[in-house]
Amino acid sequence: MLEVKNLHVSIEGKEILKGIHLKVRAGEVHAIMGPNGSGKSTLTQVLAGNESYTVTQGDVFYQGKNLIEMSAEARAREGVFLAFQYPVEIAGVSNAYFLKAALNEIRAHQGLEELDAVDFLELLKEKMKLVKMDPSFLNRPVNEGFSGGEKKRNEILQMAILEPKLSILDETDSGLDIDALRIVAEGVNQLRNPERATVLVTHYQRLLNYIVPDYVHVLLGGRIVKSGTKALAFQLEEKGYDWVKEREPEAGEGVKTK
Amino acid sequence: MDQAKALVNREYKWGFVTDVEADSAPRGLNEEIIRFISLKKKEPAFMLQWRLNAYRRWLQMTEPRWQHVHYPAIDYQDMIYYSAPKQKKDGPGSLDEIDKEILETYEKLGIPLDEQKRLAGVAVDAVFDSVSVATTFKEKLAEKGVIFCSFSEAVQNHTELVKKYLGSVVPYADNFYAALNSAVFSDGSFCYIPKGVRCPMELSTYFRINSADTGQFERTLIVADEGSYVSYLEGCTAPIRDKNQLHAAVVELVALEGAQIKYSTVQNWYAGDKEGKGGIYNFVTKRGKCAGHRSKISWTQVETGSAITWKYPSVILQGDDSIGEFYSVALTNNYQQADTGTKMIHIGKNTKSTVIAKGISAGHGDNTYRGLIKVMPAAMNARNYTQCDSLLLGSRCAANTLPYIEVKNRTAKVEHEASTSKISEDQLFYCKQRGISPENAVSMIINGFCKEVFKNLPMEFAVEASKLLSVSLEGAVG
Repeated sequence: MLEVKNLHVSIEGKEILKGIHLKVRAGEVHAIMGPNGSGKSTLTQVLAGNESYTVTQGDVFYQGKNLIEMSAEARAREGVFLAFQYPVEIAGVSNAYFLKAALNEIRAHQGLEELDAVDFLELLKEKMKLVKMDPSFLNRPVNEGFSGGEKKRNEILQMAILEPKLSILDETDSGLDIDALRIVAEGVNQLRNPERATVLVTHYQRLLNYIVPDYVHVLLGGRIVKSGTKALAFQLEEKGYDWVKEREPEAGEGVKTK
Repeated sequence: MDQAKALVNREYKWGFVTDVEADSAPRGLNEEIIRFISLKKKEPAFMLQWRLNAYRRWLQMTEPRWQHVHYPAIDYQDMIYYSAPKQKKDGPGSLDEIDKEILETYEKLGIPLDEQKRLAGVAVDAVFDSVSVATTFKEKLAEKGVIFCSFSEAVQNHTELVKKYLGSVVPYADNFYAALNSAVFSDGSFCYIPKGVRCPMELSTYFRINSADTGQFERTLIVADEGSYVSYLEGCTAPIRDKNQLHAAVVELVALEGAQIKYSTVQNWYAGDKEGKGGIYNFVTKRGKCAGHRSKISWTQVETGSAITWKYPSVILQGDDSIGEFYSVALTNNYQQADTGTKMIHIGKNTKSTVIAKGISAGHGDNTYRGLIKVMPAAMNARNYTQCDSLLLGSRCAANTLPYIEVKNRTAKVEHEASTSKISEDQLFYCKQRGISPENAVSMIINGFCKEVFKNLPMEFAVEASKLLSVSLEGAVG
């Protein structure tokens, strides 16, 4: 479904990603772990189409298409979804309105009819139960005045409604208490099926207790230095990232790839 | 924001010219012209005298220059002060007598004057160049005692009311443009709501400038008698012309005890082209007086057109416990300039005012909010809340906020909040990542920004205003 080949990315002239290789097949859940500043968020932003970043080298294919050439909205309509680490606020625009606009643009792209207000509301109410959102949320402006946990749950709700093929979750677990974490994980798990894939970016092994990944990758200094199964996550938890750094000396910060 | 920059620039779609025979005054302004206008309108002597007084006063006044807008000197002698579509008779008795071309013009503008076709619940007075061509639903309104007619008709048929209230809120000597308007105004709307009557439908005036080189000077007077209520809408468009045209209107509102007037404007005069050539100079005096206790006046305006907008819909809060409100969205794109805001003059006890002003600047647009909150010595417990928000699109536009506060009573509470923001890359990316096109994302964010104002507009108008903003902003983001 997703194939990242030797991806190099810079922002404002500074190289952040230094040759990423990653292959995600339909039905799989991949976890990407790594310390702060290793390039995890950059990877998610680039996959989602943030133009502040410059791809200097490498390719990304999504369902056989060259993802880098597609605009952010085209990627979204083709089924790429990013649950943001810091969801933005949009004053005066209600959640319901925002979601309906998004869903209908995606449906139009798929050649489906627009959902009318009644059908949409029904769908929204059903999905809101999934993430245990209060109905009052519908009329509140997008993310405005939301607590950290509410913002993250809102991202999962959007994901549940837009039903993406490839979901990328950027630190969705950060700042969540254990109950909220469980709700978020449940939301993600319910969407798991053989046609969809998920890339989880996380700091901690904790989330992986609830969303069990098929593969775990360690991102260090802009490169994936180690890949393995869920067991790797436990090793990391136990031994810390320094353990990987020692074993993979080339992965240290500031090391240039040729 | 690159995609947003690439948005197509749609043309001003109301910019067509209607070919009708017009009955115009010769160019220039002098007492003869004023007598000509008054004679054309068969006005009573008091009216002519009032006009002449205004004209003589105007001659002694100088054009104000304090406003934050720039334009070349206007040659008042090179303008036509009266232009009316030629009529078969003295004023149309029914729609059949109106020039077909004019009816078609209003159809094109989406304002059918045929009562059958009219969207239920709105009575329209259509003003074409300087004269009112049709007022719909007159009989239905008359059943309730509501008078809604052209100003000329009111001068003839409701002389006493006109005599009593004309100039009672905006005296002819008020300012340069008000004096000019008082001297040469040709038509406009008049509306009177009798005691205790809730006007059964929205009243609306649609202004259309058609002729070239004409100034449009209309006058609107709305009187809401004790305990009455009226909601009034004003819309306007003009053809595309490469010379600037002056529009200097005066609107006076009078709310007696317990009365409420809600006045909404969607201003869409021609704004000039992308290089700033042409467009309407919209120099308007709008003022309401809460004359009675517990009366209320609300102004809601959406200003998207005009090369230059210069106006301050104001409320004089004379009656105790009276309320004044001002909700405004002013948009400047390309080379448009706007210096707009309000004045709230607190005179009575326990008077309250609310000001919510949203300024959007794009392109080389220059947007200024200017507001005065004045609390007089007798205004015990006066309250004001003002909020001014500016949204900038791009880096070549400007937004200014100039609040003036004068408080002469210690019990007053005056609050002012202001903010300036830009549509952030983050917001746009967030919307796009959800599949929303950049065009829709920008218009969604802007509509969100204006929501507090739009929610005060009547439903139909709110939809129109929101569409208008999107159109006016196309090509603006970058």
